[in-house]
Amino acid sequence: MMNSAQLISLLIQASYFAAAVLLIMGIKRMSSPVTARSGIQWAGVGVLVAVIATFFHSGMHNVVLMLAAIIASTALAWYSGKKVAMTDMPQMVALYNGMGGGSAAAIGASALLGFASLMAAPKFVAAQPHVNQSQLVLAVLGALIGSISFTGSLIAFAKLQGWMDKTFRFPGQQAVNGLCFLAAVAFGAMVVWHLEPNYIVLFFAAALLFGILMTLPIGGADMPVVISLYNAFTGLAVGFEGYVQQNVALIIAGTVVGAAGTLLTRLMAKAMNRSISNVLFSNFGGGGASAAEIKGSLKPIDADDAASLLYLAEKVIIVPGYGMAVAQAQHKIWELSQQLIKRDKQVKFAIHPVAGRMPGHMNVLLAEAGVPYDLIADMDDINPEFPNCDVAIVIGANDVVNPVAKTDKSSPIYGMPILDVANAKQVIVIKRGKGTGFAGIENALFYQDNCRMLYADGQEAANKLIAGLKAVDSGGGH
Amino acid sequence: MIDGFLALYLFMLAAFTGHEIISRVPVILHTPLMSGSNFVHGIVLVGAMVALGEATTPLQMWIGAIGVFLGAGNAAGGYVVTERMLEMFKSSKKPGSAQQGAK
Repeated sequence: MMNSAQLISLLIQASYFAAAVLLIMGIKRMSSPVTARSGIQWAGVGVLVAVIATFFHSGMHNVVLMLAAIIASTALAWYSGKKVAMTDMPQMVALYNGMGGGSAAAIGASALLGFASLMAAPKFVAAQPHVNQSQLVLAVLGALIGSISFTGSLIAFAKLQGWMDKTFRFPGQQAVNGLCFLAAVAFGAMVVWHLEPNYIVLFFAAALLFGILMTLPIGGADMPVVISLYNAFTGLAVGFEGYVQQNVALIIAGTVVGAAGTLLTRLMAKAMNRSISNVLFSNFGGGGASAAEIKGSLKPIDADDAASLLYLAEKVIIVPGYGMAVAQAQHKIWELSQQLIKRDKQVKFAIHPVAGRMPGHMNVLLAEAGVPYDLIADMDDINPEFPNCDVAIVIGANDVVNPVAKTDKSSPIYGMPILDVANAKQVIVIKRGKGTGFAGIENALFYQDNCRMLYADGQEAANKLIAGLKAVDSGGGH
Repeated sequence: MIDGFLALYLFMLAAFTGHEIISRVPVILHTPLMSGSNFVHGIVLVGAMVALGEATTPLQMWIGAIGVFLGAGNAAGGYVVTERMLEMFKSSKKPGSAQQGAK
């Protein structure tokens, strides 16, 4: 017969097992639109079960402090998560992800301090507890990765939130970053060999600093890849610290996220035609790039003329970019689309894989505005359709429709897959001013003969176009 | 004790699982999925709770408390944000008659 302590331990293990199953099933369900919503709920139950079970862990101290920390943090995160606008979602994901990385680093720090006090303890006669070498190594690795993810994500958050200049560069930056990373690794190795508190402190200082340094020079356009990478980092760190604690739920959930996150990062980088190392170590989004001169001029158009073009069109493709979301114009644009559909026009939305600030971000924003799924097309599906398209409306998108990505080898965005808007019969670009995009380069599309610029705020432009359409109606078009 | 090759097998199988379950995900779900996987590693809270619960020195206690605070934020924030995003996707299950005109 087992005693009650053994029974509780068994129940805790069973809860962790159930949590691991629920988390994996949850992610699986989240990868299909039909089941996605239940997926997050399954995963939520999984974490809840594991957290409740942990309170019954034998020999738990500091329970009051624990409850206080959980309640305070949950309340803050819950409130901020409920309140944040959909456009600001990426930085919130970065923030919460950074917190997870920091938590994993804290577990590592606590474990390392525990190991250090074991080593420092006077030798007992019989059972001298010795530190398991593989646990020690993984505690250090998990703490390293978790620390980098922690400070790196916080910098990513600050940048996307607009609290910090987009890029921060100085001469010899790569060398400084490299030295900082080597220092973190070297101190980590010292911790493994000597386990002295001083080395532990130096190790964490170097690791946390490296997370900051590594993220500072990365521009806004590359942030999605970076957030996704740190997401994978945190997963891996959690997996490693799970090994240190011998907690299978942490090992499985962390490693699954580490692998899934790495794949997601690669998919994203591929969509931008950039390797991950390219994102991390090159100066994208820096402006001042010396691309070839573009000939021609910008040809403005007023809203009434643009509305007439739309009125005559049969097939319209709308290409939204992050600028549309910033202007909160997605609802108006959907209203405009409904007006066009009502007049028997075929309307589609073309989404670049990195439109918005994360892959799929634009889909979320359009879904929020009520645009149905089947009107939204991915880049590969929509690109062959541009030559048959009478009017393409580009709103708030810039670099992702710039044909120099295909033609100009000297351009920093050369090789990035783009939407072939340039092939449409007529292009209308809705834009507030003449500025350049994230990458800071001129857009050759805007200078093409078939392109007209409608200078206006996104909402205002959509309103005027709707009014213009109605005016053509009453003006005797039909 | 999970150690040696048993641990390696566990890491290997979990990594393949992670790779497989999202390898066919449509682009529209990339953001919610990233957010969702961000929530899943919020299970780190459990580890931080154990670290705090087994803390023997004041320093370990404070580090553990910070870990619990951060882990709880990861879990709660990750859940709310993901849920909010996915909630909007449900409305498109039956998009209504609007797109009939487009076809």
